[in-house]
Amino acid sequence: MPRAALYEEVRELLDDGAQLIEVLPEAEYAELHLAGARNIPLKRLDAETTADLDPARPVVVYCHDAL
Amino acid sequence: MSPRAACRLETLGFQQVYDYVTGKADWLARGLPTEGERAGERRVGEVARQDVVTCLRSERLGDVQPRVEASPYGFALVVADGDVLLGRLRRAALQGDPEGTAEPAMEPGPSTVRIDMARDKLAERLDKGGYKTAVVTNPEGVLVGIARREDLAGE
Repeated sequence: MPRAALYEEVRELLDDGAQLIEVLPEAEYAELHLAGARNIPLKRLDAETTADLDPARPVVVYCHDAL
Repeated sequence: MSPRAACRLETLGFQQVYDYVTGKADWLARGLPTEGERAGERRVGEVARQDVVTCLRSERLGDVQPRVEASPYGFALVVADGDVLLGRLRRAALQGDPEGTAEPAMEPGPSTVRIDMARDKLAERLDKGGYKTAVVTNPEGVLVGIARREDLAGE
């Protein structure tokens, strides 16, 4: 199961080289996203779009918030 | 949305997947760096003043009152350990028994704004309510400072 993480843990993961992915639609990403994040919208999340992610490193995903 | 994305990544073979549950809203509210078309938007956190008087709830009113008199603002903010905002002490409340403590005299839970609020939105809100000052906190309720209407001018 994926782990739910709050900011403090996310900060540590990012400092240790985690990959940060925004899963919101492209337009929302283009408007504003977390520094260093890349965009893979949920609807396009598949083997092809994730091919260049490093499976050996943690991946942190986010959207706007949990609601 | 992100919980589904995290599960999807696991089905694709990723074994170290984390869902940042409070996401973009939390990041912005912390005033952390952003990128994109709106990244340059001017936000309240950039103009928050840190010179407001603060005190602990156990402090004597007689000790707080002279600090407020010497400050540019007519109030003090009451904070707990870690600067979590508890309440506000207006000047009138400080005229009571100097041996009394801040907690019973304070107004608990004052309205606050987040540091990522756009400056023009706060200016609009202050104008609408006839206010000059807003108290700025982070997502944990920690006091960041106060924003004054004149600092938002021209937004």
